[in-house]
Amino acid sequence: MVHCSGNYPTVLKSLPLWGTNFCLVYSGQAEHQEEVKMKKSVLLGALAVTGLAAGMASAGTLDDVKARGSLNCGVTTGLVGFAAPDANGEWQGFDVAVCRAVAAAVLGDSSAVEFVPTTGKTRFTALASGEIDMLARNTTWTFSRDVDLKFEFAGVNYYDGQGFMVPADLGVTSASELDGATVCIQTGTTTELNLADFFSANGISYEPVPIETNAEAQPLYLEGACDVYTTDASGLLATRAAFENPEDHVVLPEIISKEPLGPLVRHGDNGWGDIVRWTLNALIAAEELGVNLGNLDSIAGETKNQEIKRLLGAEGTLGEMLGLDAEWAKRAIAVGGNYGEVFDANIGPDTAIGVERGLNAQWTDGGLLYTPPFR
Amino acid sequence: MATFSDVPSESFRLSMLINDKRYRAYTFQFIALLLLIGAFSYLGYNLVKNLQSAGLNISYKFLGDPAGYDINQRLIEYDNQSTHWRASLVGVLNTLLVAFLGCITATIIGVVVGVLRLSNNWIVSKLMSVYVEIFRNVPVLIWILIIMAVFTSVLPQPRDFRGANATASMVADSFAFTGRGFYSPAPIFNDGSMVVVVAFILSIAGMFYYRRYAKKALFERGQMLPTFWPSIGILLIPSILVFFVMGQPISLEYPALKGFNFQGGIYMRASLISLWFALSIYTAAFIAENVRAGILSVSSGQSEAAASLGLRPNRIMNLVVLPQALRVIIPPLISHFLNLTKNSSLAIAVGYMDLTGTLGGITLNQTGRAIETVLLLMAFYLTISLSISAIMNVYNNSMKLKER
Ligand SMILES: N[C@@H](CCC(=O)N[C@@H](CS)C(=O)NCC(=O)O)C(=O)O
Repeated sequence: MVHCSGNYPTVLKSLPLWGTNFCLVYSGQAEHQEEVKMKKSVLLGALAVTGLAAGMASAGTLDDVKARGSLNCGVTTGLVGFAAPDANGEWQGFDVAVCRAVAAAVLGDSSAVEFVPTTGKTRFTALASGEIDMLARNTTWTFSRDVDLKFEFAGVNYYDGQGFMVPADLGVTSASELDGATVCIQTGTTTELNLADFFSANGISYEPVPIETNAEAQPLYLEGACDVYTTDASGLLATRAAFENPEDHVVLPEIISKEPLGPLVRHGDNGWGDIVRWTLNALIAAEELGVNLGNLDSIAGETKNQEIKRLLGAEGTLGEMLGLDAEWAKRAIAVGGNYGEVFDANIGPDTAIGVERGLNAQWTDGGLLYTPPFR
Repeated sequence: MATFSDVPSESFRLSMLINDKRYRAYTFQFIALLLLIGAFSYLGYNLVKNLQSAGLNISYKFLGDPAGYDINQRLIEYDNQSTHWRASLVGVLNTLLVAFLGCITATIIGVVVGVLRLSNNWIVSKLMSVYVEIFRNVPVLIWILIIMAVFTSVLPQPRDFRGANATASMVADSFAFTGRGFYSPAPIFNDGSMVVVVAFILSIAGMFYYRRYAKKALFERGQMLPTFWPSIGILLIPSILVFFVMGQPISLEYPALKGFNFQGGIYMRASLISLWFALSIYTAAFIAENVRAGILSVSSGQSEAAASLGLRPNRIMNLVVLPQALRVIIPPLISHFLNLTKNSSLAIAVGYMDLTGTLGGITLNQTGRAIETVLLLMAFYLTISLSISAIMNVYNNSMKLKER
C-alpha cells in the first residue's frame, strides 16, 4: 500500500532543471544541442562550473541502452498476467514479454532488463524524464498522449476496452443499473475520464474513489469500500483471477471505451521508436507466418517464404537498417515465442486469467492484428 | 579615535578589497552573490532551453480546459465539464478543510495530553508518554494508511445494512457509521430560518459580552459571577425560543439507504475522517511535547504562589500557568500547524482529493503539464502556509508579554 510515497521524486524528476534531463537525449537535435552548449559555455566560462554540464550531450536511446548494458522498461506495479514478479522475483507477463523481446533484440539478452514499476500516475513522468527507455504498461494510445504529452506509440499489443466488475451477489446485470454506486478507479488513467463520460452520458451519478495502484484497489473492492471496480477488461479479468473466489464476481457485459494498449517511447528518437515498433511487429508477424519456438532454428533454412527469411535475418539487411544485427528478430522471438505463444502462456484461455483472443486474433482469423510487411 | 580619524582620507586602492579587513567581507559576499545568481540563471536558462528543445512551452492555458474527471468531495459546484482551475479550487478547499479540522483537533488533543503527561498519576503520565513516543516516531503516512485500513475493514459497509437479516443498523435511525464514512442528519433551512441563525449569532456575541462583564466584575469589584451555566443559557435559550416562535423553520434531512449507498444527510467520507484523524493524532504528539515544555518553563514558584493563595489545581493551570506557558508554546505551534497542512498532501494515499490529488495529481497526469502544475502547487502551498503564519503571528503578538 505504500507505493504512493514514491511519486514525489518522479514528479520532480520530470522538471528538466538539470542538464541530464530528457530534452537533450534526442539524437535528432544534435545541431541544436551544439548551439545550446556554445551559449552555455559562454555563460559559464567565468564561473568555471562546466562540470555541471556534463552528461548534457547524450547519444540516442539505443546507444544509451547499449552502453548501459540493460534496458530500463516501465511496467505496472503488479498485475498478474501482464506484469508481475513471480515466486522467484522474476518479472513475468504479457507486457513484460515486450520488454524482454526488445532487450533480446538490442542486447542479445532477454534478462538484461531493469523493470521499473510505475503507477498510472507516475508512468508518463518516468518516461518523459528518461528514467525508463520504454513503457509497456497497459497504456492506452490516445490522441493527447501521442500529440500533447509527446510520446510515440510503437503499436498495439492488446486491443481492449473498459469494463466493470461487481460482486455477483449485488444482482447487477448491466452498467446502466449502477446509479449511485461507489466506484474504485485508478487515477491518472483513461479509465477515470471514460467513467466520467459514461455516467454523465447516461445521466446517472456515482461516487469515485481514486486509487493509485491495482494492489490498493483490490482490498478496497473486496472489503466493499466500493461497489464496483472499473478498468480495462483485461485488467479486470487478471485482477479477478487473483481473487480467492473469482466466481463470486462478475464482469458486466458493457465495454464503454476503446483501449488500444501498447508500448511507447519518447517523441524525438525515431530510431529507437522503430526498434520497439518492429520488435513488436516481429512477434506478431512470426505468428502470422507460422514461425514459433519449435521451428525457429530450422524454418529459415527450409522455407521458400522470403518474408520469413527477411524476418529471421537469413536474407536482406533489415536488422542493419535498424542499427542492429541480422538476428535481432530471431532473438526477440526466441524469448517467449511469437505473439500467440506469448499470449497463451501469460493470459490465454489455459491460464487462470483465461482471456480469449477475440479482437487480438490475427487479421486472417478475424481479429485486428495486422502487421505491415517486413520488406 | 584619533588614530582612526585619518583613515578615510587614505585613497582607495583595488587591493584593499582583498587585503583590507573592512572591505574583505563585502568582497566575498559580493562574489558569493554573483555565484548564486550565476547558479540560478544557469538552472533557469537550462530549464527554458530544455523545455524549448522538447517543444514544451510554459503555458497555463490548460487551466481553462474542461477537466474531464469527477471529484467525490466538492465544497463548491463542480462537475467533470468544469475547468482544471475549478478542480484545483476544489482541491484547495479540501486541503483547507482537512488542515483546519486537523489543526483544531490536534491542538485540543495536544494540550490535554501535554498537561496529562505532567500529571502526578503515574499510569496517566506513562500512558501519555507512550502515546507521544509511538505517534511521534512513526511516519504519518503509515498512520494514515493504517487508520484507513482499520476504518474500512472494521466498520460495516452499506450492504451490511441492507435486507431482512442486516448485520448492521443505524444509530438512533439518524446516524450511520460505515466503512465508507459517517452519515448524519443535515439541517434544512426553510423560510424564516435566517431569523434563527441571526438570533444564534447574536447569542454568541451576547455570551462573549457576558463573559467580559463577569471578568470585569471580578477584577474591579472582586465579585465572582458564575460563567458556565449563564453562558450556556445565553447561547441556547434565545435561539430555541426564536426557533419555535418562527414555526420550526429548520428541519433535518435523515440519511437513508437507497440503492448502493446512503443518500441524504451529511456525508463525511472515510478518506476525510482517516486523514483528519491521522494528521491530528500525529501532530498532537508533537504539540503535547511543546505544551509540556511550555508548562515546565513556568517556574514552579508561580504555581506554589497560586496554591498558597488557595487556588484549586485546575484554576492554577488555567489562570496562572497556561497563560504564561502560551508564550513559549505558540511559536512552535505555528510550525506544527504548517507541518500539518503540508502533511495533508499525503491525502491521495487514502484517495482524499486535496490540492495535490487534483491539481498535482490528475490534472498533472492528464495534461502532462508537470512544471506548470508543480509551480502552481508550490505557489498555493506557499500562500496557504504564509497565511497561517501571518494569522498565528498576530495571535502570538497579542499573547506576548506586554512590557509596561
Ligand atoms: N489503459 C488505461 C488504464 C491502465 C491501467 O491503469 N491499468 C491497470 C489495470 S488494467 C493496471 O495496469 N494496474 C497495475 C498497477 O496498478 O500498477 C490507461 O492507459 O490509462
